[in-house]
Amino acid sequence: MGRVTLTGTFAARMVVAVFASGVAGFLLAAPAGAQNVGGGAEQGAPPQFGFGRAATAEEIAAWDIDVTPDGTGLPEGEGTAASGAPVYARQCAVCHGASGEGSIADRLVGYTPETTPPFGPRYEEWRGDGPDVPYSVGNYWPYATTLFDYIRRAMPSNAPGTLEADQVYGLVAWILAENGLIAADETMNATTLPAVEMPARDIFVPQER
Amino acid sequence: MSRKVTRRDLLAGAAGAIGAATLAPAGQRVHAQDTTKSPGGPASALGARSRHEPLARGRVTSLSSRTPLQDLHGMITPSDVHFERHHGGVPAIDPDDYRLLIHGLVERPTMLTLAELKRFPATSRICFLECSGNYPTGAGPETRPELVCGMTATTEWTGVSLATLFREVGARSDATWFLAEGQDAAVMTRSVPMEKAWDDALIAYAQNGEALRPSQGYPARLLLPGWEGNSNVKWLRRLELADQPFMTREETSKYTDPLADGTARQFSFVFDARSIITSPAYPDVVEPGWIELRGIAWSGRGTIAQVDVSTDGGRTWQAAQLQEPVLRQAHTRFRHLWRWDGSETEIMSRATDDTGYVQPTRAALRAVRGRRARGYHLNPITAWRIQPNGQVYYREEPPWDA
Repeated sequence: MGRVTLTGTFAARMVVAVFASGVAGFLLAAPAGAQNVGGGAEQGAPPQFGFGRAATAEEIAAWDIDVTPDGTGLPEGEGTAASGAPVYARQCAVCHGASGEGSIADRLVGYTPETTPPFGPRYEEWRGDGPDVPYSVGNYWPYATTLFDYIRRAMPSNAPGTLEADQVYGLVAWILAENGLIAADETMNATTLPAVEMPARDIFVPQER
Repeated sequence: MSRKVTRRDLLAGAAGAIGAATLAPAGQRVHAQDTTKSPGGPASALGARSRHEPLARGRVTSLSSRTPLQDLHGMITPSDVHFERHHGGVPAIDPDDYRLLIHGLVERPTMLTLAELKRFPATSRICFLECSGNYPTGAGPETRPELVCGMTATTEWTGVSLATLFREVGARSDATWFLAEGQDAAVMTRSVPMEKAWDDALIAYAQNGEALRPSQGYPARLLLPGWEGNSNVKWLRRLELADQPFMTREETSKYTDPLADGTARQFSFVFDARSIITSPAYPDVVEPGWIELRGIAWSGRGTIAQVDVSTDGGRTWQAAQLQEPVLRQAHTRFRHLWRWDGSETEIMSRATDDTGYVQPTRAALRAVRGRRARGYHLNPITAWRIQPNGQVYYREEPPWDA
């Protein structure tokens, strides 16, 4: 969460983001009105034990690599499908297939029904007697930002965490373009990636607990 | 007795091989083995299993292995056969280098060592842990219990209450979710509602009384009783508090459930009630007469209230006996005496928990989950078919997407 692109409901996280960026130094104070919450304290337990030490901004920045749907956490840099294609061929194709069709690892590219996710009554009507549409990034990933987060942290699986930001942006652009979700020449960066509309954006509902 | 007693004999528990057999007058053995006429093996630092009782996880791949449910008798799963499911391998973590970072919507971003974690008040919890994808789509008749649902285990976990840690760092009232992140090569991440932290979540550093096994997250893991395995992040290195979920890959394109109505269920944390007869089961061969049906039942929603057993293919049901203790969100042993008459039949079990939830049939589950379910969070009734010759087989189910 090193970069600050915060609006609306994410405003409360700004303190964290600014802190992690190192720009404003140690901004540890909570905003007015914040208070500790939670129950279950054992009888006789002190409010604080004083174990551990304050984490430094550098320590937090080094580990805080998550990227959220509004783009918080996206680094500087950019890429296009054209810049991502050779990276894909070298780093990804062996497991995901030359065209993202899937192999020993997941399918990334697939036909996306325009009017329905790849399941449910409208899908069955759309499909008729035709073959099933595979699940893919194009029809079952609700947020484009998750692609960046996941590729940067966990891919390629034989050397995770080794891709540069520009390479990750390029791979994300390639996958999105192959799925027909962005134009072939569109540049992906911290501003454009969160704005990509994913077909599966609104199909998810939380389990009732 | 001229043969020298070797260390190998003693370690192998093969004392009978060196003891004198009790001989009948005609030179025939009355008892096969007499171990009472010479001392047995010495004490040892670690207790090995009898060589007659090998125990091992089943279907071992680079990514997973399974608890041999059919070989176990109790509610606690021996640590070395706890199922495994890894996404980036098992990291080798030096406990002296281990750090846990807690930051985000907290008053005091904090770094803790393992020793510091252990200084906090400790608490223990016996509960099951189950992989989110624990159902054998397309399984044939020669399927053992471990391959039906062997990705579940029950353990006594010990560690620090997450509520204790979140109070320590000053969790803010606007924090509604936290991110849990591992230090494996997948840098596994899941978002968890803060309610679970205040309720019963642990940072566990011990498993059945000893340090966690590396494959279970050594030196410390997140433990969310009753919630899907994937969210119980192993090798935990970072907790970030926030005011909404992070929408990681493992809670969007994975571990979600497409439903028949065209929506997809997300954050399907809580496991519904499930049970399975683990004996008799494939590949057992049984004889007519008395048979004790044995199995386990569990529910992420709460406590097992009842297990019903059918020995006539689901037409009639009888309540099985539950073995105490019956613990919340833990494997519960059930048993039922049955006299088999030798005719072909099907046996099955059905769990009910204290919320009133009843384990569904496969048909009922499929009606809700639809044709394109992805194999997560499936808990249908499991049936075993017994042939007149006594051979027990897994009762095959039609293809899920048929």
